[in-house]
Amino acid sequence: MTEVFWLSPFVPGLSALLLFLFGGRLSRRWIAAQACLSVLAAFALSLLAFIGLLGPGHGSAPIVKELFSWIVSGSFSARAAFTFDPLAAIMGLVVTGVGFLIHVYSAGCMANDRSPARYFGLLNLFTFFMLILVLASNVVLMFVGWEGVGLCSYLLIGFWFEKPAAAAAGKKAFLVNRIGDTAFLVAIFLVLAVTGSAEFQDLAASVTGGRFPAEMATLVAVLFFIGATGKSAQVPLYVWLPDAMEGPTPVSALIHAATMVTAGVYMVCRMNALFAFSETASLGIALTGAVTAVFAATMALTENDIKKVLAYSTISQIGYMFIGCGVGAYSAGMFHLVTHAFFKSLLFLAAGSVIHALSGEQDLRKMGGLRRYLPRTFPAFFVGAAAIAGVPFLSGFFSKDAILSRAFAQGQYVVWALGLATAILTAFYIFRLVFLAFYGGDDRISAETKAHIHESPSIMTVPLSVLAFFAVAAGYIGLPRVLGEKVDLFGRFLAPVFVNVPEHGPAPGTEWILMLLSAAAALMGIAAAYVFYVKNTRIPHALISRFPALYAIVGRKYYVDEAYDAVFVRPLVRGGEAIFDHFDKRVVDGALNGTAAAAGAAGKGLGLLQTGLIKEYALAFLIGAVLFLGFLLM
Amino acid sequence: MIPAAFFLVLSIVLFALGVAAFFIKRDLITMFMAVEIMLNAANLAFLTFAKSTASLDGQVIVLFVITVAAAESAVGLAIILVVFKRKKSIQCDDLDVMKG
Amino acid sequence: MALPLFFILAILSAGGVVGMIVSRDRAHSVLFLVLAFAALAGVFGLLDAPFVAAVQVLIYAGAIMVLFVFVIMMIDQRDGRGIEKKKSVGILAAVLAITLFAELLLAVKGILPGMGNGGPAGGSETAGLGSLLFEKYLYPLEITSILIIAALTGAISLAGKKGPK
Repeated sequence: MTEVFWLSPFVPGLSALLLFLFGGRLSRRWIAAQACLSVLAAFALSLLAFIGLLGPGHGSAPIVKELFSWIVSGSFSARAAFTFDPLAAIMGLVVTGVGFLIHVYSAGCMANDRSPARYFGLLNLFTFFMLILVLASNVVLMFVGWEGVGLCSYLLIGFWFEKPAAAAAGKKAFLVNRIGDTAFLVAIFLVLAVTGSAEFQDLAASVTGGRFPAEMATLVAVLFFIGATGKSAQVPLYVWLPDAMEGPTPVSALIHAATMVTAGVYMVCRMNALFAFSETASLGIALTGAVTAVFAATMALTENDIKKVLAYSTISQIGYMFIGCGVGAYSAGMFHLVTHAFFKSLLFLAAGSVIHALSGEQDLRKMGGLRRYLPRTFPAFFVGAAAIAGVPFLSGFFSKDAILSRAFAQGQYVVWALGLATAILTAFYIFRLVFLAFYGGDDRISAETKAHIHESPSIMTVPLSVLAFFAVAAGYIGLPRVLGEKVDLFGRFLAPVFVNVPEHGPAPGTEWILMLLSAAAALMGIAAAYVFYVKNTRIPHALISRFPALYAIVGRKYYVDEAYDAVFVRPLVRGGEAIFDHFDKRVVDGALNGTAAAAGAAGKGLGLLQTGLIKEYALAFLIGAVLFLGFLLM
Repeated sequence: MIPAAFFLVLSIVLFALGVAAFFIKRDLITMFMAVEIMLNAANLAFLTFAKSTASLDGQVIVLFVITVAAAESAVGLAIILVVFKRKKSIQCDDLDVMKG
Repeated sequence: MALPLFFILAILSAGGVVGMIVSRDRAHSVLFLVLAFAALAGVFGLLDAPFVAAVQVLIYAGAIMVLFVFVIMMIDQRDGRGIEKKKSVGILAAVLAITLFAELLLAVKGILPGMGNGGPAGGSETAGLGSLLFEKYLYPLEITSILIIAALTGAISLAGKKGPK
């Protein structure tokens, strides 16, 4: 049954092609149905393949299916081949499963949009490329998927391209990603140079066999990670993600929460042999993840747009995943990826439902008391918030704890401390959001919006319920080891992929203490948010007036965008304009115009020869004849 | 017997004179006459070679040349007449309609 | 006896051409040219081509030059503008003519020694010509006749037009 895995990208891919070619002639219902069903089919295929892996009689070697021999050029060859192992299985299920739910939600939310065919076609195309990325057996094919999802992200962020903000956001996303992609490409070249092959298997074998030089490994790992910081929005290339909220909310849920942004984590896990080999690189990854987590969490504290809070939250949570990878706890990182996919997409879709209910209002300062008006959205949102905050017994708690306890056990106390601080901040900012939007009086909502408040239709709220269920239940496949060696189903399933990475869990006693600390952090954050935003709502304002400068700095996102603009963007733009003025206009156009002018002048000059006088023509003959004769006589 | 060289030299002299005449004179008719001179010089050369190779083909060619020259001069003179009727001048300096 | 005759005829023809060049009056030029052609006919005779010589006198000196005379008579231009005024063209032409002369001499020099004084093809040169014309050169003969007709038609249609009043 596992053999069917390779078909999964092509069903949504075919659907995308059909939608692009014929979408104009299809009815809205058909478009939505086709798109959703194609992803459902991909999910079914992934599920079948996954079940095949669970059964006995299956070796630990990954299955490779070659589609065709793609590039053969001298000593370099890359084939279009897919590989299937537990890691790919999990990721595939997440992409297609969550993707399917979001497609269904989109059918409701984008029901009245002008271009449903383009939207669903792009969503399907994204699924196609994401699956290529996941299933690729070599880094070149993965890069094809990597670039493909970047392209779809650009097109979907700027889906409403008539809005200048959306178009600019799409451009920003693409350009910032490009920087990461350049590093990724250089890393690919280095891998090819050292090992001669682009296949992941060969890379792992080369590293474990000691044939990969240590400094080179660090360099390659760092370069790949820089690519990941672009795609997964970590410091320093995270700046595109908040802007990407200009796109439709389901896009934010699918691409910028659950799947594309986690591609960086997936990539690191895929090449775990390389990253584990280079301790410097792993340390760098863990630290970057930790710093990003805290940094983004602080920015979420002061953000007033509901989607942007979630965007910063995503950046922060992905930081957690990289902490996991950095300390060698790759399966923990993947575990958090899975749980995050559930609760973050849940949060985004629920936020979309809120925005839909409020006829487009996204500012938290204009919301309040919505739990009365949105009886189905509110519980879903609440569950998602609790999960991300790390409330015990929900999925987020288990996955976060898995990462932090491993970090502690590896002796990375700084990382652990930052992670714990982030947990407190996370609980705080997410419940700030909950309390501001759903609790309190509804007097902040404008009268006009209030008149039109309505709960979302079932097609949107049913996916919310499904996701909420998983946000709770998904934790139980990866219970902490203290409860018994066998309960960590997730970790055991992924163990064959990470054979080369020694995992040290903490001592049982330590683990219990760490779990308690995590739980305490979550509850502390929630309590603080409760005090600030329900009990005594004057406190936030008092704090802001006490520390206006600090609030301004954080509120303006530490002026990072402005700094980038001043240091990189403006000089480049000015440089480009200068080149345009001096080189393009003068040299290139000059050469072109000059050639034309020269031709014209030559024509005019030669025209002078045509005097119309026979004698002069005859003279020309004669000169020619004499010269020719002379030449012959030589 | 007269050496062939003499005839050839005469032919060349006549040809060069014809070329000179063409450029020295200014009215169309005399220029046309210079062309006839050149043709004749060529005829002389043909005959010389015909004699030296003891074949009559050269003479046949000369006959043809003379014939064609006759036809050509008829047409050419007709053209000169037309030009004169139009432009009232046969000085070649005045004929620069094709200028530029 | 032939040699001095040749020289006389050569000088006559060259002189005729020179005379044609230097005469101011077009009519004089034509007459000098007739003299030159007649002398050439003599030279042709010296080359054992009596038929061609006769044709030269008949057609060239007789018909073509008469045409020239007619046209000169019809074109009435009083001013005796004869020689090219522009010095540059004249000098250039002279230079070129001399160069051409030299080159042609050079070109011919190589083959001169090899040229024999082959005799004529036989007594009845005309008969030989005739058979050549109508056997080997029949095709060009016919085409030439068409050419003459074409020239005839052309000349008549061209010259018959009335000019602008």
